[in-house]
Amino acid sequence: MATKLNLKELSKREDRLAPGHRLCAGCGAGIVVRQILAAIDEPVVLSNATGCLEVSTTIFPYTSWRVPWIHNAFENAASTMSGVETAYRALVKRGKIPEQNVKFIAFGGDGGTYDIGIQALSGALERGHKMMYVCYNNEAYMNTGIQRSSATPLGANTTTSPAGKVIPGKMQPRKDLTAICAAHNIPYVAQASPHNWRDLMEKARKGVAADGPAFLNVLSSCNRGWRHDTSTTVEVMKLATETCVWPLYEVENGVWRLTYKPKVKKPVTEWLEAQGRFRHLFRPENQYMIERIQADVDEKWERLLKLCGEA
Amino acid sequence: MSEFKALDGTGAVAEAMRQINPDVVAAYPITPQTAIVQTFSEFVADGLVDTEFITVESEHSAMSACVGASAAGARVMTATSSAGLAFMWEILYVAASNRLPIVMTNVNRALSAPINIHCDHSDSMGARDAGWIHLFCENAQEAYDTVIQAVRIAEHPDVLLPVMVLFDGFITSHAEERVEIFDDAKVKAFVGEYKPKHSLLDLDHPVTYGPLDFTDYYFEHKRQQVEAMRHAQKVILDVADEFAKTFGRKYGLFETYRLDDAEVAIVVSSSTAGTARAAVDKLRAQGAKVGLLKPRVFRPFPAQEMVAALQHLKAVGVMDRAISFGSMSNAGPLFLELAAAMKIYDAGVPMADFVFGLGGRDIVPSQIEGVFRSLLQIAETGRVSELVSYVGVRE
Repeated sequence: MATKLNLKELSKREDRLAPGHRLCAGCGAGIVVRQILAAIDEPVVLSNATGCLEVSTTIFPYTSWRVPWIHNAFENAASTMSGVETAYRALVKRGKIPEQNVKFIAFGGDGGTYDIGIQALSGALERGHKMMYVCYNNEAYMNTGIQRSSATPLGANTTTSPAGKVIPGKMQPRKDLTAICAAHNIPYVAQASPHNWRDLMEKARKGVAADGPAFLNVLSSCNRGWRHDTSTTVEVMKLATETCVWPLYEVENGVWRLTYKPKVKKPVTEWLEAQGRFRHLFRPENQYMIERIQADVDEKWERLLKLCGEA
Repeated sequence: MSEFKALDGTGAVAEAMRQINPDVVAAYPITPQTAIVQTFSEFVADGLVDTEFITVESEHSAMSACVGASAAGARVMTATSSAGLAFMWEILYVAASNRLPIVMTNVNRALSAPINIHCDHSDSMGARDAGWIHLFCENAQEAYDTVIQAVRIAEHPDVLLPVMVLFDGFITSHAEERVEIFDDAKVKAFVGEYKPKHSLLDLDHPVTYGPLDFTDYYFEHKRQQVEAMRHAQKVILDVADEFAKTFGRKYGLFETYRLDDAEVAIVVSSSTAGTARAAVDKLRAQGAKVGLLKPRVFRPFPAQEMVAALQHLKAVGVMDRAISFGSMSNAGPLFLELAAAMKIYDAGVPMADFVFGLGGRDIVPSQIEGVFRSLLQIAETGRVSELVSYVGVRE
């Protein structure tokens, strides 16, 4: 019997990511990882791309991981996990280790997933390894000090897309990696956010239960980069969903489904206002950027509603 | 009972891999290595092995998957060449530093640019400081024998380092030879079973592989890698002894030919050593006291042993199939390493470097005889007029 997804039951479980790690106060990554690992009853083996999660949980001779874990390099969490998962099948087949329904999960930030790791990710998805790749998406290279990635939203101020006198932050909308992964026609793809913990945990369960690769794109605030108070992490992420900037949906065996629909679609300004990285957009000369962002969100939301049979 | 087969170098390695039947192979095609993984994938498809074969989308992922599988306790093999090895670069270090006993055949091929598919040693020489054991092979038989030994060397508890088995692209990889293939059961018994000490799949003893290692520990871990590399030399010889007892062929750190009473000698690895042997015989017949030393183990570099074998000479010529650009006189890596060893251990023998064969440029016996003539002149005059010269290039 699977553990019930209620707080009383879940709070009895030992954390697989131990307390005492060095993630910042208010960091989304720790919340994302703990929720996902708490959702899964089976044994897990993890791989981790180079990034905040890796560096702040394994400063030798300490480790925060109570489960087997491997970090190889920045761009290869997916191919590393391909090897681990394949070794498991090989060794079980030869009777060298017992079959234990182990779940294989790779974690990478958006830099390691959207950008430098997309080839390894695509290869692993195509080959059909039974593993779940989780992108904890804080929308920039936060570990190296807030540089723009292809997951950085339109208009955001980062250290390599600075809000300058002539260029108002990042001029490109983010790459739609969730759809790219869905286009691999793998059994399960989902977009989630830890503010809706039950939704995220259900998706994690579906992901590891899938008969093949799964991909979760999980929003993960970095208050150092997004510029908000450490206490407002969850509220800010919730605003991303309420404004339809970060819709929660899944693609299960090719069927798209919205898993949460805001009762009232809030204007993007509410999401933008909550974060210092968008502050420059509220200057009069940058008004056009806010309009562009709203138009971009509207267009993508409408397209998603159609895909999900809601329009 | 052994069987004799007509095989090229790639076929010989594929045969060794079939007999070893590793748990996991992750590989990507690249000329001239392709035939290894292609042949091996036929073995998988026909059920001659029950290896799990990961057809990765790049060499970077090949080595990354090998690291994952090896850390998970599997016996892991792969193969590559040239640009493929270069693309693995970052992960070569990760494999060695995590002490993962991966065995990889690298069929030596020139690096770009200009792009060239033929043999030289610039690929593996570029990776010489990555922490791998490097074993050079002269022919298909040596490649087959060495792959079998490599598994034992890599997995030895005193070593736990990845091993690169090296031989010449096309010259060895694609030329058919008569190769002795041992009995399957004997090879299986020789390589035994890999019993990993720390596996990701030992769920009761969770391990953290690849942590962040700062100023307070990183240096110690590098120092431990030095110890592993030092232990490797003895293990290589022990495994060679056991191999000789089991299969009859003897291997060492290097091979010498008519060297003991020689006055001058060439040091050259891989297929060119075969050509050089013929040149030695021809010049010996004419009364010239020439000899040959063929390095087999390049990493760990057997400095003292090589000096001991060469110090009685009046001149030593190293033949390098790679250039270390910007090094002393733009010499080749084998020369630089050996010249340093000869100096440190007071051999006092004049030396010169002869760079040859880049991008697969042919090297013929008459050119090697020319190298010997230069060496005999050095021996006579005691003077090295050109520290580095180029054999067979249009100047």
